[in-house]
Amino acid sequence: MADPMRIRAKIEGDKTIVRVLMAHEMETGQRRDAAGKVVPAHFIQEVTATHNGKTVLSAQWGPAVSKNPYLQFQFSGAKAGDKVVISWVDSKGDKRTDEATVAA
Amino acid sequence: MGEINTSRRQALKQGSATAILGMFVAAGLVRPGTAHAAWNQAAFSVKGVDNVVKSLGGAGTAATKDISWGSTPEIAENGAVVPISVTSNIPKTESIAILVDKNPNTLAASFTIPPGTDPNVSMRVKMGETSQVHALIKADGKYFVATREIKVTLGGCGG
Repeated sequence: MADPMRIRAKIEGDKTIVRVLMAHEMETGQRRDAAGKVVPAHFIQEVTATHNGKTVLSAQWGPAVSKNPYLQFQFSGAKAGDKVVISWVDSKGDKRTDEATVAA
Repeated sequence: MGEINTSRRQALKQGSATAILGMFVAAGLVRPGTAHAAWNQAAFSVKGVDNVVKSLGGAGTAATKDISWGSTPEIAENGAVVPISVTSNIPKTESIAILVDKNPNTLAASFTIPPGTDPNVSMRVKMGETSQVHALIKADGKYFVATREIKVTLGGCGG
Protein backbone atom coordinates (compact mmCIF):
# COMPACT_ATOMS: atom_id res chain seq x y z
CA MET A 1 0.00 0.00 0.00
CA ALA A 2 1.25 3.49 -0.79
CA ASP A 3 2.58 5.87 1.82
CA PRO A 4 -0.06 7.82 3.74
CA MET A 5 -1.39 11.12 2.42
CA ARG A 6 -0.72 14.26 4.35
CA ILE A 7 -3.96 16.08 4.87
CA ARG A 8 -4.59 19.40 6.56
CA ALA A 9 -8.13 20.72 7.00
CA LYS A 10 -8.33 24.12 8.60
CA ILE A 11 -11.19 26.50 9.21
CA GLU A 12 -10.53 29.95 7.78
CA GLY A 13 -13.47 32.30 8.05
CA ASP A 14 -16.58 30.37 7.09
CA LYS A 15 -14.73 27.85 4.93
CA THR A 16 -12.64 24.80 5.58
CA ILE A 17 -9.50 24.76 3.46
CA VAL A 18 -8.21 21.29 2.69
CA ARG A 19 -4.65 20.70 1.51
CA VAL A 20 -3.57 17.21 0.54
CA LEU A 21 -0.22 15.78 -0.47
CA MET A 22 -0.42 12.27 -1.87
CA ALA A 23 2.46 9.87 -2.40
CA HIS A 24 2.27 8.39 -5.89
CA GLU A 25 4.63 7.94 -8.84
CA MET A 26 2.03 9.13 -11.38
CA GLU A 27 3.91 7.37 -14.19
CA THR A 28 2.75 8.53 -17.59
CA GLY A 29 3.74 5.42 -19.47
CA GLN A 30 5.91 7.60 -21.72
CA ARG A 31 9.13 7.48 -19.77
CA ARG A 32 11.98 5.08 -20.38
CA ASP A 33 14.18 3.74 -17.63
CA ALA A 34 17.99 3.66 -17.69
CA ALA A 35 17.92 0.43 -19.70
CA GLY A 36 15.68 2.00 -22.33
CA LYS A 37 12.54 0.08 -21.38
CA VAL A 38 9.27 1.96 -21.20
CA VAL A 39 8.10 2.40 -17.62
CA PRO A 40 4.43 1.36 -17.65
CA ALA A 41 1.72 3.89 -16.82
CA HIS A 42 0.64 3.89 -13.18
CA PHE A 43 -1.33 6.85 -11.94
CA ILE A 44 -4.18 7.88 -9.67
CA GLN A 45 -7.42 7.93 -11.66
CA GLU A 46 -10.10 8.82 -9.13
CA VAL A 47 -10.07 10.94 -6.01
CA THR A 48 -12.93 11.46 -3.59
CA ALA A 49 -13.11 13.76 -0.60
CA THR A 50 -15.90 13.49 1.94
CA HIS A 51 -16.95 15.43 5.02
CA ASN A 52 -19.13 13.55 7.49
CA GLY A 53 -19.90 11.08 4.71
CA LYS A 54 -20.96 13.69 2.16
CA THR A 55 -18.82 14.09 -0.96
CA VAL A 56 -17.22 17.53 -1.06
CA LEU A 57 -15.02 16.94 -4.10
CA SER A 58 -14.56 14.20 -6.63
CA ALA A 59 -12.01 14.11 -9.38
CA GLN A 60 -10.79 12.09 -12.30
CA TRP A 61 -7.11 12.39 -13.07
CA GLY A 62 -4.86 11.43 -15.92
CA PRO A 63 -1.12 10.79 -15.95
CA ALA A 64 -0.41 14.50 -16.51
CA VAL A 65 -1.04 15.21 -12.84
CA SER A 66 2.37 15.71 -11.23
CA LYS A 67 4.13 13.05 -9.21
CA ASN A 68 3.23 13.18 -5.51
CA PRO A 69 0.05 15.05 -6.29
CA TYR A 70 -0.88 18.17 -4.40
CA LEU A 71 -4.49 19.23 -4.12
CA GLN A 72 -6.15 22.15 -2.40
CA PHE A 73 -9.83 23.02 -2.26
CA GLN A 74 -12.31 24.53 0.19
CA PHE A 75 -15.87 23.96 1.25
CA SER A 76 -18.38 25.25 3.80
CA GLY A 77 -20.36 23.67 6.57
CA ALA A 78 -17.68 21.97 8.64
CA LYS A 79 -16.74 22.65 12.23
CA ALA A 80 -13.64 21.89 14.22
CA GLY A 81 -13.45 18.21 15.08
CA ASP A 82 -15.29 17.02 11.95
CA LYS A 83 -13.61 14.40 9.78
CA VAL A 84 -12.49 14.89 6.21
CA VAL A 85 -11.69 11.66 4.37
CA ILE A 86 -9.71 11.52 1.13
CA SER A 87 -9.57 8.37 -1.02
CA TRP A 88 -7.93 7.54 -4.29
CA VAL A 89 -7.96 4.62 -6.73
CA ASP A 90 -5.21 4.20 -9.29
CA SER A 91 -4.87 2.61 -12.71
CA LYS A 92 -3.77 -0.71 -11.21
CA GLY A 93 -6.73 -0.78 -8.84
CA ASP A 94 -4.61 0.13 -5.81
CA LYS A 95 -6.34 2.35 -3.30
CA ARG A 96 -5.58 4.54 -0.38
CA THR A 97 -7.86 6.25 2.15
CA ASP A 98 -6.73 8.68 4.79
CA GLU A 99 -8.56 11.06 7.05
CA ALA A 100 -7.92 14.26 8.93
CA THR A 101 -9.72 16.20 11.61
CA VAL A 102 -10.80 19.73 10.85
CA ALA A 103 -8.76 22.13 12.93
CA ALA A 104 -10.04 25.48 14.15
CA MET B 1 -10.56 -32.31 -15.04
CA GLY B 2 -10.86 -29.70 -17.72
CA GLU B 3 -8.43 -26.83 -18.15
CA ILE B 4 -8.92 -23.77 -15.99
CA ASN B 5 -10.41 -20.95 -17.98
CA THR B 6 -7.67 -18.36 -17.65
CA SER B 7 -9.24 -15.61 -19.72
CA ARG B 8 -11.18 -14.10 -16.80
CA ARG B 9 -8.10 -14.30 -14.64
CA GLN B 10 -6.06 -12.57 -17.34
CA ALA B 11 -8.69 -9.92 -17.79
CA LEU B 12 -8.62 -9.24 -14.06
CA LYS B 13 -4.84 -9.06 -14.02
CA GLN B 14 -4.55 -6.60 -16.86
CA GLY B 15 -7.79 -4.82 -16.31
CA SER B 16 -7.96 -1.28 -15.11
CA ALA B 17 -10.75 -0.30 -12.75
CA THR B 18 -12.80 0.47 -15.85
CA ALA B 19 -12.40 -2.99 -17.28
CA ILE B 20 -13.29 -4.68 -14.02
CA LEU B 21 -16.33 -2.47 -13.62
CA GLY B 22 -17.23 -3.34 -17.20
CA MET B 23 -17.08 -7.02 -16.34
CA PHE B 24 -19.40 -6.54 -13.38
CA VAL B 25 -21.77 -4.54 -15.56
CA ALA B 26 -21.75 -7.30 -18.15
CA ALA B 27 -22.46 -9.85 -15.44
CA GLY B 28 -25.44 -7.77 -14.29
CA LEU B 29 -23.91 -7.20 -10.87
CA VAL B 30 -23.57 -3.44 -11.23
CA ARG B 31 -25.94 -1.30 -13.21
CA PRO B 32 -24.14 1.37 -15.23
CA GLY B 33 -24.77 4.79 -13.80
CA THR B 34 -25.73 3.71 -10.30
CA ALA B 35 -22.19 2.97 -9.19
CA HIS B 36 -19.81 5.90 -9.22
CA ALA B 37 -18.90 7.03 -12.72
CA ALA B 38 -16.05 4.89 -14.02
CA TRP B 39 -12.85 6.63 -15.04
CA ASN B 40 -13.54 8.29 -18.36
CA GLN B 41 -10.83 6.66 -20.42
CA ALA B 42 -12.01 8.29 -23.65
CA ALA B 43 -11.76 11.81 -22.22
CA PHE B 44 -8.18 11.17 -21.12
CA SER B 45 -7.06 9.75 -24.45
CA VAL B 46 -8.09 12.43 -26.91
CA LYS B 47 -6.34 15.55 -28.13
CA GLY B 48 -7.88 18.98 -28.41
CA VAL B 49 -10.36 20.89 -26.29
CA ASP B 50 -13.29 20.07 -28.58
CA ASN B 51 -12.64 16.35 -28.40
CA VAL B 52 -12.36 16.49 -24.63
CA VAL B 53 -15.68 18.34 -24.41
CA LYS B 54 -17.30 15.79 -26.70
CA SER B 55 -16.05 12.87 -24.63
CA LEU B 56 -17.40 14.57 -21.51
CA GLY B 57 -20.79 14.71 -23.18
CA GLY B 58 -20.77 18.39 -24.07
CA ALA B 59 -21.77 19.96 -27.35
CA GLY B 60 -19.49 22.98 -27.57
CA THR B 61 -17.86 25.70 -25.54
CA ALA B 62 -18.13 29.42 -25.06
CA ALA B 63 -15.07 31.51 -24.26
CA THR B 64 -15.10 33.16 -20.86
CA LYS B 65 -12.93 35.50 -18.84
CA ASP B 66 -14.99 34.81 -15.71
CA ILE B 67 -12.33 32.80 -13.99
CA SER B 68 -9.25 33.72 -12.07
CA TRP B 69 -5.98 31.88 -12.39
CA GLY B 70 -4.80 32.69 -8.86
CA SER B 71 -1.15 31.95 -8.39
CA THR B 72 -0.79 30.02 -11.68
CA PRO B 73 2.53 31.20 -13.15
CA GLU B 74 3.10 32.49 -16.67
CA ILE B 75 6.50 30.86 -16.76
CA ALA B 76 7.11 27.46 -15.20
CA GLU B 77 10.71 26.60 -14.36
CA ASN B 78 10.01 22.91 -14.10
CA GLY B 79 7.50 21.35 -16.46
CA ALA B 80 7.14 18.33 -14.20
CA VAL B 81 5.48 20.40 -11.50
CA VAL B 82 3.45 23.33 -12.82
CA PRO B 83 1.11 24.78 -10.17
CA ILE B 84 -2.36 25.48 -11.48
CA SER B 85 -4.96 27.35 -9.49
CA VAL B 86 -8.37 28.00 -10.99
CA THR B 87 -11.38 29.75 -9.47
CA SER B 88 -14.56 29.89 -11.50
CA ASN B 89 -16.74 32.96 -11.02
CA ILE B 90 -19.46 31.56 -13.28
CA PRO B 91 -22.64 30.88 -11.31
CA LYS B 92 -23.70 27.25 -10.83
CA THR B 93 -20.27 25.86 -11.62
CA GLU B 94 -20.51 22.05 -11.53
CA SER B 95 -17.06 21.05 -12.65
CA ILE B 96 -13.61 22.38 -13.44
CA ALA B 97 -11.21 20.63 -15.76
CA ILE B 98 -7.60 21.45 -16.64
CA LEU B 99 -6.48 20.93 -20.22
CA VAL B 100 -2.98 21.30 -21.68
CA ASP B 101 -2.85 21.67 -25.46
CA LYS B 102 0.64 20.41 -26.14
CA ASN B 103 0.50 17.37 -23.85
CA PRO B 104 0.13 13.94 -25.49
CA ASN B 105 -3.42 13.86 -24.15
CA THR B 106 -5.13 17.16 -23.58
CA LEU B 107 -7.14 16.50 -20.41
CA ALA B 108 -5.03 16.52 -17.26
CA ALA B 109 -7.66 16.49 -14.53
CA SER B 110 -11.35 17.01 -13.99
CA PHE B 111 -13.02 18.01 -10.70
CA THR B 112 -16.69 17.73 -9.82
CA ILE B 113 -17.78 20.50 -7.44
CA PRO B 114 -20.82 19.60 -5.31
CA PRO B 115 -22.97 22.36 -3.79
CA GLY B 116 -21.26 23.71 -0.68
CA THR B 117 -17.79 23.43 -2.17
CA ASP B 118 -16.11 26.49 -3.66
CA PRO B 119 -15.52 26.30 -7.44
CA ASN B 120 -11.79 26.52 -6.89
CA VAL B 121 -9.01 23.96 -7.11
CA SER B 122 -5.25 24.11 -6.86
CA MET B 123 -3.06 21.31 -8.05
CA ARG B 124 0.08 20.60 -10.11
CA VAL B 125 0.37 19.25 -13.62
CA LYS B 126 3.10 18.07 -15.95
CA MET B 127 3.64 20.09 -19.11
CA GLY B 128 5.87 18.75 -21.86
CA GLU B 129 6.51 22.18 -23.35
CA THR B 130 5.20 25.72 -23.52
CA SER B 131 1.49 25.47 -24.19
CA GLN B 132 -1.95 26.99 -23.97
CA VAL B 133 -3.60 25.80 -20.77
CA HIS B 134 -7.38 25.81 -20.57
CA ALA B 135 -9.76 25.85 -17.65
CA LEU B 136 -12.88 24.07 -18.86
CA ILE B 137 -15.83 24.97 -16.69
CA LYS B 138 -19.18 23.25 -16.75
CA ALA B 139 -21.82 25.55 -15.31
CA ASP B 140 -25.57 25.11 -15.46
CA GLY B 141 -25.10 22.36 -18.02
CA LYS B 142 -23.00 24.47 -20.42
CA TYR B 143 -19.27 24.47 -21.07
CA PHE B 144 -17.00 27.51 -20.90
CA VAL B 145 -13.30 27.81 -21.59
CA ALA B 146 -10.70 30.26 -20.33
CA THR B 147 -7.20 30.04 -21.71
CA ARG B 148 -3.76 31.27 -20.85
CA GLU B 149 -0.30 30.42 -22.07
CA ILE B 150 2.23 28.94 -19.68
CA LYS B 151 5.85 28.96 -20.83
CA VAL B 152 7.90 25.98 -19.80
CA THR B 153 11.66 26.17 -19.63
CA LEU B 154 12.27 22.50 -18.81
CA GLY B 155 9.70 20.04 -20.14
CA GLY B 156 8.07 17.66 -17.69
CA CYS B 157 7.19 14.44 -19.44
CA GLY B 158 10.54 12.81 -18.75
CA GLY B 159 11.10 11.94 -22.38
